[in-house]
Amino acid sequence: MNMAKTIAFKQETFRDDYSYSNSAEAIRRFPFPFAEDEYMYSVNIEQHTPGAPGSVFEHAIDIDEHYLAECEDRRITLENDPGRYIALPHMMDAQWDMVELVMESLSRDYPDLFELTRDGDNWHWVNKPLGIDQKFVFGDESTLPMEPFEYVGRQVQGDWVVMDQRDDDLFADMGIITSQADWSLAFDAGMSFKEWHGPVPQANELGIFDRALKYLLHLQYGSPVRRLNWTMTVNPRLDTSPEEYPLWGPDNVSVTADNVGQKVHLRVELQALFRLPRSNAMAFSIRGYLASIDDLKTYPRWAKRLRRVLTNLHPDLSEYKGLDNYRQLVIDYLAPMDDGAELELGTHPE
Amino acid sequence: MSVLNVKVAEVEQVTEVVKHFTLVQENGEPLPHFSGGSHVVVSMDINGRIHRNPYSLMGSTANSDSYHISVRKQENSRGGSVYMHEQVKPGTRLQITYPVNLFAISKLGRRHILIAGGIGITPFMSQISDLNRLGYDYELHYAYRSPEHAAFREQLQEMCGDRVHFYVDSEGERLDIPELLSHQPLGTHVYTCGPEPMVKALHLHAKNLGWPDNHVHSEEFTAPPSGDEFTVELALSGMEVTVPGDMSMLEAMEEAGAEPPFLCRGGACGRCELEVVSCDGVIMHNDHYLSDHEKAEGRSIMPCVSRAKCSKLVVNL
Repeated sequence: MNMAKTIAFKQETFRDDYSYSNSAEAIRRFPFPFAEDEYMYSVNIEQHTPGAPGSVFEHAIDIDEHYLAECEDRRITLENDPGRYIALPHMMDAQWDMVELVMESLSRDYPDLFELTRDGDNWHWVNKPLGIDQKFVFGDESTLPMEPFEYVGRQVQGDWVVMDQRDDDLFADMGIITSQADWSLAFDAGMSFKEWHGPVPQANELGIFDRALKYLLHLQYGSPVRRLNWTMTVNPRLDTSPEEYPLWGPDNVSVTADNVGQKVHLRVELQALFRLPRSNAMAFSIRGYLASIDDLKTYPRWAKRLRRVLTNLHPDLSEYKGLDNYRQLVIDYLAPMDDGAELELGTHPE
Repeated sequence: MSVLNVKVAEVEQVTEVVKHFTLVQENGEPLPHFSGGSHVVVSMDINGRIHRNPYSLMGSTANSDSYHISVRKQENSRGGSVYMHEQVKPGTRLQITYPVNLFAISKLGRRHILIAGGIGITPFMSQISDLNRLGYDYELHYAYRSPEHAAFREQLQEMCGDRVHFYVDSEGERLDIPELLSHQPLGTHVYTCGPEPMVKALHLHAKNLGWPDNHVHSEEFTAPPSGDEFTVELALSGMEVTVPGDMSMLEAMEEAGAEPPFLCRGGACGRCELEVVSCDGVIMHNDHYLSDHEKAEGRSIMPCVSRAKCSKLVVNL
């Protein structure tokens, strides 16, 4: 199936009236992260090679029915707070690497939506959904309306951090972050890998970051990798940033037994890592997917598995992910669906 | 691991012992872009035995039509450099890895001092194309044995102008490393690639002068030294592999059908590190990756260049 031909982009919002919703197809392809009844961190990294047609793993950069609405939400967030985009001066080669990665991937994987024509350094980019038609000179910032990384960052779903590699470490020296699970780019910019991950409980004790860093330093161009991470969010809000905490923090205590199915969303991050060629930097994409508990209930396997994972979750992780106010409500809501029967391993819906 | 199929477009005899190879992709497509200081690992099928040697990319980073490597014919070659010199001709097909950079310019450095000895000049040639393009402040100091060994001198003069300084050993010209390092402003980074004594001297002098470790960079690929035959047991797969005296442990494991990880194959990157379960003798560490402390502990081995003097070594693979 060629997804590109069948994407019907939705008009919807991720703030105020929260009109966001998933089609049946979007629920079916949701990257449900729990293969087992218990969850603990692991270095669960696999090659980011093309996955099953129609799945979120099919292409290097996934575009779905929420594309236009997410680009618009990013535009609003950047307009209110331009500091959600940061690129330190030594990252200009990495900015152009990102232009190449995004434009090559999208035009190759969604030829009906995006077109790239190259004549040496003279590039011509067409983004049909957003109505963009831009000729520019690759490597010449003055030929784009804004910095190259911000330009392409506004045309993809999901957040990006681009890390400079030096001193056997990775530094968060560039990013466009408007849909984060309560962390701040302005706070983390310039930090080393372990500084940046400092607040994550348990993982350092398990030696996860030592191993992850060692692995990432050897990541090769042409061999990207991916993993899934997850948290939960009340309301389908993309901008759950510390900067805007007053706007969304109180929602955490708004969950009741009556509204839990619609209000609480499982938020899964498809994280992919790409070595960039010219800069030797590393791009880290954090592509979020939101599904309400009622969406997930479509598939009884997922309902049972989610209930068991939340029941068994380590208290430190529950607190870190901000679930303490409503975790029990979700468990109770899903309880009638869980017959206790053993579930086979795997994340598949049926 | 992603690999590229290339063919040799041109071979140039640069000096009596150095040949320069131009590689293009077999399918006619452009090659991946790379950053200054990167290398590729070239696979060679020598009489049925696969040799893999790392070589620095020395072409301009702006050029993706071809890659350029240079090979010095080693006197004590295990076969790789002799094969490159005697068997590889225009049209020869080779397999190379995607570029990997273990010797990148520190983009936060305010000034960059590059020190090359002999064939160690090669990684600097791609670095210089980046330094020129980015407008960074740098100096190149290039020492070689005699006028006949002045590989790429004219090209470097053209690329670097008055930023390059040559030292011809046979004419009594010596680079005074302590003198050079003692006059650099804060924020300077120094990089060296060349014979082992030169690399060691640089690290020693930099340390004595109080340079921070992370401002001192070196790249040294070691060819796997030969030694005595020994047996490796792979604890996880249950395989037992005999490592002949003239083969590296990594090569022997690959020939036996195991698929251990690797990147640089020269003891520099650390990718092939294996956990040692037991060893009834001594591990001969030859890598530049493990610290002296880790080498003394003996809990890890880099099978690309290190081996053991024992009857049986057991590793977690």
